[in-house]
Amino acid sequence: MKEIELQYRHPPDLLHDGEIPSDIRTEELVLNMGPQHPSTHGVLRVVLQTDGELVLKATPYMGYLHRCAEKIAEKVSYRQFTPYTDRLDYLAAMNNNLGFALAVEKLGGIETPPRADYLRVIFAELNRIASHLMATGSYGLDMGAFTPLIYCFREREWVMDLFEAASGARLTYSYITIGGVREDVPPGWVGRCREFLDYFEPKITEYNNLLSFNHIFINRTGNVGICPPELAVAYGLTGPCVRGSGIPWDLRKATPYCRYDEFDFDIPVGRGENGAVGDCWDRYFVRVQEMVQSVRIIRQALDKLVEGPVQAKVPRMVKLPAGEVYCEVENPRGQLGFHLVSDGGTSPYRLKIRGPSFCNLSVLPVLAPNCLLADIAALLGSIDIVMGEVDR
Amino acid sequence: MMTPSDVIELLKQNHASSVLSAVAEGPYPHAVIKAEGLTTVAAFLKTQPRLRFDLLRCISAIDWPAKNNIELAYDLISTSLGHAFAVKVVLDRADPRVESVSTVWPAAEWHEREAFDLMGVEFLHHPDLRRILMPEDWPGHPLRKDYQDIVEYRGLKFNP
Amino acid sequence: MFTYERPKVEYKGLSRPIVRLANKWGPIGIPLLLRFAWGIFFAALVFVVAFVWLVGRFVNPLLPWFVRDLVVVVGLLAFVCIVAIIGIWGERKVSGRIQSRLGPMRTGAWHGWAQSLADGLKFVQKEDLIPQDADKPLFRLAPYVALVPAFCAYLAIPFGIGWVFHDSDVGLLFVLAMLSIEVLGVIMGGWASNSKWSLYGAMREGCQLVSYEIPMGLSLLAAVASVGSLSLVELGRVQDHGWWSWLLFQNPFLFLAFFTYYIASLASCKRSPFDLPEGESELVAGFHTEYSGFRFVMFFFAEYAGMFAVSALATVIFLGGWNSPVPGLASPLWFVIKSTFLVWVQMWVRWTLPRIRIDQVMHACVKYLLPFTLLLFVGSSLWQLYDNPDHPLFEGFAAVLRFGLGCLGLLLLGLYFAGAAYGFYHRNQLVGQMVRKHLPGA
Repeated sequence: MKEIELQYRHPPDLLHDGEIPSDIRTEELVLNMGPQHPSTHGVLRVVLQTDGELVLKATPYMGYLHRCAEKIAEKVSYRQFTPYTDRLDYLAAMNNNLGFALAVEKLGGIETPPRADYLRVIFAELNRIASHLMATGSYGLDMGAFTPLIYCFREREWVMDLFEAASGARLTYSYITIGGVREDVPPGWVGRCREFLDYFEPKITEYNNLLSFNHIFINRTGNVGICPPELAVAYGLTGPCVRGSGIPWDLRKATPYCRYDEFDFDIPVGRGENGAVGDCWDRYFVRVQEMVQSVRIIRQALDKLVEGPVQAKVPRMVKLPAGEVYCEVENPRGQLGFHLVSDGGTSPYRLKIRGPSFCNLSVLPVLAPNCLLADIAALLGSIDIVMGEVDR
Repeated sequence: MMTPSDVIELLKQNHASSVLSAVAEGPYPHAVIKAEGLTTVAAFLKTQPRLRFDLLRCISAIDWPAKNNIELAYDLISTSLGHAFAVKVVLDRADPRVESVSTVWPAAEWHEREAFDLMGVEFLHHPDLRRILMPEDWPGHPLRKDYQDIVEYRGLKFNP
Repeated sequence: MFTYERPKVEYKGLSRPIVRLANKWGPIGIPLLLRFAWGIFFAALVFVVAFVWLVGRFVNPLLPWFVRDLVVVVGLLAFVCIVAIIGIWGERKVSGRIQSRLGPMRTGAWHGWAQSLADGLKFVQKEDLIPQDADKPLFRLAPYVALVPAFCAYLAIPFGIGWVFHDSDVGLLFVLAMLSIEVLGVIMGGWASNSKWSLYGAMREGCQLVSYEIPMGLSLLAAVASVGSLSLVELGRVQDHGWWSWLLFQNPFLFLAFFTYYIASLASCKRSPFDLPEGESELVAGFHTEYSGFRFVMFFFAEYAGMFAVSALATVIFLGGWNSPVPGLASPLWFVIKSTFLVWVQMWVRWTLPRIRIDQVMHACVKYLLPFTLLLFVGSSLWQLYDNPDHPLFEGFAAVLRFGLGCLGLLLLGLYFAGAAYGFYHRNQLVGQMVRKHLPGA
């Protein structure tokens, strides 16, 4: 194999921008937190310029999981693209499906039946629970607490069993399709879902006692990576990252979609209980509290579930009128947006996917300086990225 | 909370020379802005007390070879007031260049890098314009409609 | 038809005759071995016991002095290996049960007891990888520098009266010194790997280990000051009057010294919450990232040997060593039981707590633990000063306090067993009904 010379053109000031007093001669280390690393949550490469344990500069490089989803969207039909949306943020596949379906329905003027809407809400919130379980569990793992991860995975298994009973798949469902959901839930599913919710709610208190209020965990994550509210909004952060900085911004309340305005739930925000507002602990705890709110929403949705069809009458080959639309949904990680441009054909003319993790990650080079090396793992874990939607 | 027509009204009052056209109804209300006046309009949209569009959601680059232009759509929303709007800029396909809005919304830095990487739009005065998703030495801009996929990259051959 | 051609590998050195032997006799020998495995095991056991008894009875008086030493050293080596093997298996079972899963269940018929052996075999037959730009002599040397001192520490630890390799007057000092040499091995391993991440692990480890040795030593010194001897056998002999004579309950300072020693020993063994040097999530595996195969096994064994050694030290000094809670029933079995209990607590703590960051580790050591242990040392010495018949009032007060501390210890032990019994009795409900029922379609 031919020798491959890597000649990346680094940003112009990577190696010369450290804040070192001129009279001290210290050795700076350029450290590569490579694409393969246990705590980068996927294939992300971060080049760290460190002075001992202090990080002076962090530059993320991405694109290792770029699968050209947007180019593929121009070639396949609308229905065929739904499985591709699963794989964007593969931990919250239901929400991705929902965003794409809403975008297509908004442009095509398709009305979904009420049962489909309530089922969509139930599955989106269940997936929010599963995604946050994964986020909080793996955050514990990054901090060295191995046990909460396994407990969170144990609860995820039950959510995935519910999903498997309804859609047939455990991770990438393609369940929420254009016009509604693909098929109705099997008989007895609603009872099992209620059982799961009754079982799961006390577990959150257990995990709080084990991890969230653990003194060591608070010392690791409190006052680390503080993101002031103005910075958060300026850098386009959404989801638990911006709510952790104290801003009560949630798309489900601000621009409700899919009958979310019929439900009664709170928006947890970071209050700086264990450090400054907007530190890693706040972002993490917002996720934990969002799980409680999701359980609330699912209970209300199960009560409101009406009988009826679960699919609107949509032709097999979906053809949208010419035009464009930008539709966003509140994913567990932030706002997932689909900018859909149609020229009247059977496949999108241009589909731009706004991945929340892509925008959330842009704040890493700003928050990383003056962190310790161990805090980079805390920072990345609290921003909670999934490379599938960073790279698409 | 302002409706799109109110926003367009306000825009036209203050920057009538920059607004080329506007759509208030339909699934995508937006205003088309001249490329030269983008940063002033952007600053106005962000700082105007009745607008306060502080969250730049997305910059989408759309390639229209038939119309021989590249459109950039800036989707905005206000976290304090709750209304959404979009602003479009139309660029010449042969030489697409526009001022960067990263001074107004730092979120634009990475979105503009992606537009540069995948569509070839050049952003003037961008702090660090490099490819973001494709490798640094990738030829061409993949999301263009006339993009020809390469056959060999650094000694690796692709079997079509 | 697909035919498989075995690749021609050229074996060098000692491997060549071994591989030839294995190829010739393996296909017959291994099935035979497995068929008669239990028989061979018991036969070997009987043979070894008979041989040892015969030698002990008839040959021992005739043999030169170094044969006894050799036999004891080999026995200790075997003990250390068994401790490591059972420790690794125990860690996996314990971690599994804490995480509501089972741990190894298949290798070996009963709860995967042979898992460690299988792992050992797996590691031994792995390719010996040395990174290209690594410092080869140091890279090869580092595991030995880590393992050998950990083993040498056992030479001075008494398992019972007469059950010690060498009853040295400065036994405690010897053990502490041996456990400190491990630092060198770890730093060598981290540096020689030629990887910045390993270097980070090594540097962190150097800081941490060296700093935490001071509170460790000071806590032990508090006990030594109350007994007046550095000899471990003497320290154990003092505690042979039952539960209330254990050094743990002699004065409140020693009670606290036990806990500070335990915490400092966690740091010295690089165990969670102080396992930053091998912090898995950040540094992949810290200083032993680049080690694979048998070299990694050595580091791993060194860790478990060190764990048992510091627990053994705590047992001998604070928990009465080989003495039973009831005076008169001393036996090495008590020693092993108590040390195993402390090792189990180490594992319990590992799977419960997150990791502490290095600057917080140093902060905790220098700002909190060190002054506190100094206080304990001074307090314990002052207590000794006044706890004598010249001060009858204080002596009475001290006796009452001793009794109270002993009762407190009994209470804590009782609470532990009560908690364990409760957990065992309700083991189904604690995990949750959902875990044991199946969902539709499952």
